[in-house]
Amino acid sequence: MTIQDTLLPRRSRALPRLHVSIRSGLALALVVLAIVALWALLPSAFTSFNPVAGLPADKLQAPGAAHWLGSDELGRDVLARLIYGARQSLTGAVVAVAVGLSLGSLLGVLAGSVGGWIEQVILRLIDVLLSIPALLLSLALIVILGFGTIQVAVAVGVTAIAGFARLIWAEVVTVRRSDYVEAAFGSGGRFFAVLWRHVLPNAVTSVLAYAAIQFGWAILQISTLGFLGYGAPPPTPEWGLMIAEGRNYMTTSWWLTLFPGLVVIATVLAANAVGHALTRRLQ
Amino acid sequence: MTHLISRLAQGALVLLATFTISFILVQMMPGDAVLIRFLNPEMGMTPEDIARIRVFYGSDAPIPVQYIQSLLAVLSGDFGYSVQSGVPVAQEIATNLPPTLLLASLGLLTALGLAFVLAWSAVLGPWPSLRRWIGSIPALMVSVPVFWVGITLIQLVSFKLGWVSMIAPGPWEKLVLPVLTLALPIAAPIAQILIRNIEDVSTRAFVPVARAKGLSRAAVLWRHVLRNAALPTLAIAGVLLGELIAGAVVTETVFGLNGLGRLAERSVRTQDIAVLQAIVLISAAGFVAISFLVDLVSLAIDPRLRSNRSLAA
Repeated sequence: MTIQDTLLPRRSRALPRLHVSIRSGLALALVVLAIVALWALLPSAFTSFNPVAGLPADKLQAPGAAHWLGSDELGRDVLARLIYGARQSLTGAVVAVAVGLSLGSLLGVLAGSVGGWIEQVILRLIDVLLSIPALLLSLALIVILGFGTIQVAVAVGVTAIAGFARLIWAEVVTVRRSDYVEAAFGSGGRFFAVLWRHVLPNAVTSVLAYAAIQFGWAILQISTLGFLGYGAPPPTPEWGLMIAEGRNYMTTSWWLTLFPGLVVIATVLAANAVGHALTRRLQ
Repeated sequence: MTHLISRLAQGALVLLATFTISFILVQMMPGDAVLIRFLNPEMGMTPEDIARIRVFYGSDAPIPVQYIQSLLAVLSGDFGYSVQSGVPVAQEIATNLPPTLLLASLGLLTALGLAFVLAWSAVLGPWPSLRRWIGSIPALMVSVPVFWVGITLIQLVSFKLGWVSMIAPGPWEKLVLPVLTLALPIAAPIAQILIRNIEDVSTRAFVPVARAKGLSRAAVLWRHVLRNAALPTLAIAGVLLGELIAGAVVTETVFGLNGLGRLAERSVRTQDIAVLQAIVLISAAGFVAISFLVDLVSLAIDPRLRSNRSLAA
């Protein structure tokens, strides 16, 4: 009898099934992400409806044979708008992660490898960024940058810098102190060569895992800012904006807010699942 | 003691840096708030009028002078004037803070209760499959947009079930759905940490000792494990504050409640920078204060931190 058994209910029998469910969960997550990516790349292959110009005769129809997920107040097909909206959300999330990853890596690698007062200044800067709630920081940036899809994406990306920088800094510091890096320096390796050949490859998986989770988080943030009306202006199909517009009809037309929300949740869950699977592989 | 003083100094430095960065960002803006508001042709202002207004708001002085001036003003609690309403920012904040504090504290309490129930049933629930399901709820909860939760709750609880009236509700009835909306995203990270810690602490050596002394399983969990597992939750108090503030922005907007979050949302829409700057600075100050308090509380609770200086540093 192990210590765990004395207190917690027995787990061992559930373990094999748990593994299967994790793997099938990952497969499902990859399928969801692939579908959303295809929506973003080739929206017209998935729907024949126009996402911007509606059919006035079809306005506010409940989900049915003609409009699978219903239609909005201008007679636009909800599914078509969701499909075309994927491009907005995915582009935004890619830009946000790119901003966070590139500036975060720059700061993290610099702090971790140079050390000294530069490291201290960067670490304090990270503290400052972390002490401002992410949403408020993006709001402050949006006031300065203005409204729009790219502006919102950049604003969300800036809030991700601190997390990436701290993670990469920790990775670089850990690896730098390990024996084989000492050996690489000792055998005459130059600073950037050692960084490139030995330090970075070791940090890649954990950074990728974090990037996947940040990707899902960025989609969530972008939809929130879109909902608040700071993103692309109407009639652009954007998931958060669709929910904001559907709010005016929420007493009668539940499908206008329900389905965009479900799509956001599915995408974010899928990105998180991939991130967690990568993290688990690390351990 | 030296540790606490250095932590205080560090906190002050973080706040000064936050102020400096926000000041630099505001300076980088094309045109200032005064121009944005008063250059509107409908206002019918002459360039001389605008120049006088700029002098009044202090946006004509050289930049280092403006920096010192506004730093001193902020330190004395003067955040300037809201260009949108013409009211001092401090006054705007003072009127909008109480409803948000009420909403946030009720939300936090609900979230703690919810997280506790989730963690308890994820660890002690009857069947393994049920425990697994409950254990995965927090991960689901962090993936759901808060504004969507609010809207869906209104549709379900208010329109479909008719439990809470949206038209002319009572003062407490009005808060039920917003509090619930705010609590869900806060409860998720707390529950995740509780579950992980309960499982972690359960493997420690003192647990079988307590069992061997004849305590029941529930008593060990309640008195020994939970107490040890709840402490690390303090470490994410600062993160929770951020979640509460972000949640307040969204929740107050969805439910049309007055408060700091709604004020932040409005100040972005109207480019009322002074107001937004004040809200950012106040939240950063709240974050620093909470981190410091968490340090103090951990020192008070955990004797290991006091006896071992290297651990505390």
